[in-house]
Amino acid sequence: MQDEPTPIELTKSVADFLRSDIAPLISGHQAFKLRVAINILDLVTRQLTREAGSDAKEVERLRALLGIDGSVMELNRALAERIARGEVDLATPGLAEHLWATTMDKLAVDQPNYASYKRELERYS
Amino acid sequence: MIEAELSRSVQRWCKGATGATSAAKLSGGASQETWRFDITHPDGVIGAILRRSPKGYGAAPTRAAGLAAEAQLMQLAYEAGVPSPRVMHVLVPEDDLGTGFIMQRVEGETIARKILRDEEFAAARPILARQIGGILAALHRLPQDKVPELRTRGAVQEIAEFERDYRSLNWPKPVFELALRWLRDHDPGPSAETTLVHGDFRNGNLIIGADGVRAVLDWELAHLGDPMEDLGWVCVNSWRFGEIDRPVGGFGSREELFAAYEAAGRKVDPERVKFWEVMGTLRWGIMCGGMMQRFREGPDHSMERAMIGRRASETEIDLLRLLVPRGS
Repeated sequence: MQDEPTPIELTKSVADFLRSDIAPLISGHQAFKLRVAINILDLVTRQLTREAGSDAKEVERLRALLGIDGSVMELNRALAERIARGEVDLATPGLAEHLWATTMDKLAVDQPNYASYKRELERYS
Repeated sequence: MIEAELSRSVQRWCKGATGATSAAKLSGGASQETWRFDITHPDGVIGAILRRSPKGYGAAPTRAAGLAAEAQLMQLAYEAGVPSPRVMHVLVPEDDLGTGFIMQRVEGETIARKILRDEEFAAARPILARQIGGILAALHRLPQDKVPELRTRGAVQEIAEFERDYRSLNWPKPVFELALRWLRDHDPGPSAETTLVHGDFRNGNLIIGADGVRAVLDWELAHLGDPMEDLGWVCVNSWRFGEIDRPVGGFGSREELFAAYEAAGRKVDPERVKFWEVMGTLRWGIMCGGMMQRFREGPDHSMERAMIGRRASETEIDLLRLLVPRGS
């Protein structure tokens, strides 16, 4: 077992330092690059915070949907293949709900400010 | 420095020009190099833009029409009254500038978020959806016997190419699989009419001023195909830059776009437009994946490319909103 602080706390402290202490000092293209860098660290922090929980729920849904067991990657491959072969489609109970839940979890990490995501979050939470 | 080559070049083809100054590489166009510079002339400075192929690779080498074709199309558009910069010179080997062309500089803004939010464009915004309808109608009417040789693309080839690109990423995306199935099941078949298609007509590729659209840029994906493709692409949610309730580039409604297109004497097929909007959403999603691949395999190992890879999910939520809206 590794010691504290956790990766989440470490990444967040670097992002906070860059945001409050470094960003005000630079301008132009370097400032743009710095913003991208901070966005990356924020994304990593969000993923570290949420991934274990959302993956567990995703696996649970996929097992129910497909009737098989496996890792989150294996189950996603299986679902992708079944959709490609036409064995699973929008008439399959639970598919639409599963895709929506999974996609919302992805956006929560990748793009929490994306307008479509914010709209769906307001409507259905 | 590039100014030396530009100076020698302009003196050969621009009558009275004495040189070139203020050359600066513009950021924004990821696939090809774009430079701004000034031609010094006794009658006054002439603002110019150089578009040239960088050494190495382009964004979509198998899809791109090529810079020579792009120059021809822009000139043709200019002559037909489609807002477009005038092409001044097509590069030749003795220019020693690579391949590409030099065009007149059109002043205005291309950054979508500024166009959608800055006060300067407040008067233009409400007219843009209609203006775009009129421009697309004129663009689709450009005489095909005068356009350069272009590939012909239909939905079937596009879907097959998307599938190949997606599978090459080797990362399962059930939403993309669903979209591929939907596209195959809803393919409306070959278009009754084949026209010139711009291929990348969207907010971000238009120069906008306080008076509206001043120029249509980035013709590199031009091809022959279904004109409804351009109407669908301009509505893809990624090009609304947050203004999600205004489908046409974040500017206005489909109804305004369609009305102006039809007022210019061309017919709209809304079902086909929707089909191409789904296609375009998936296309951008797969392109995001391609950016991730390039980030990983080089030569562009930049953070920006890496982060574009993480924008694929925005097209997944937009595909779900199009294909399986919640509460429906």
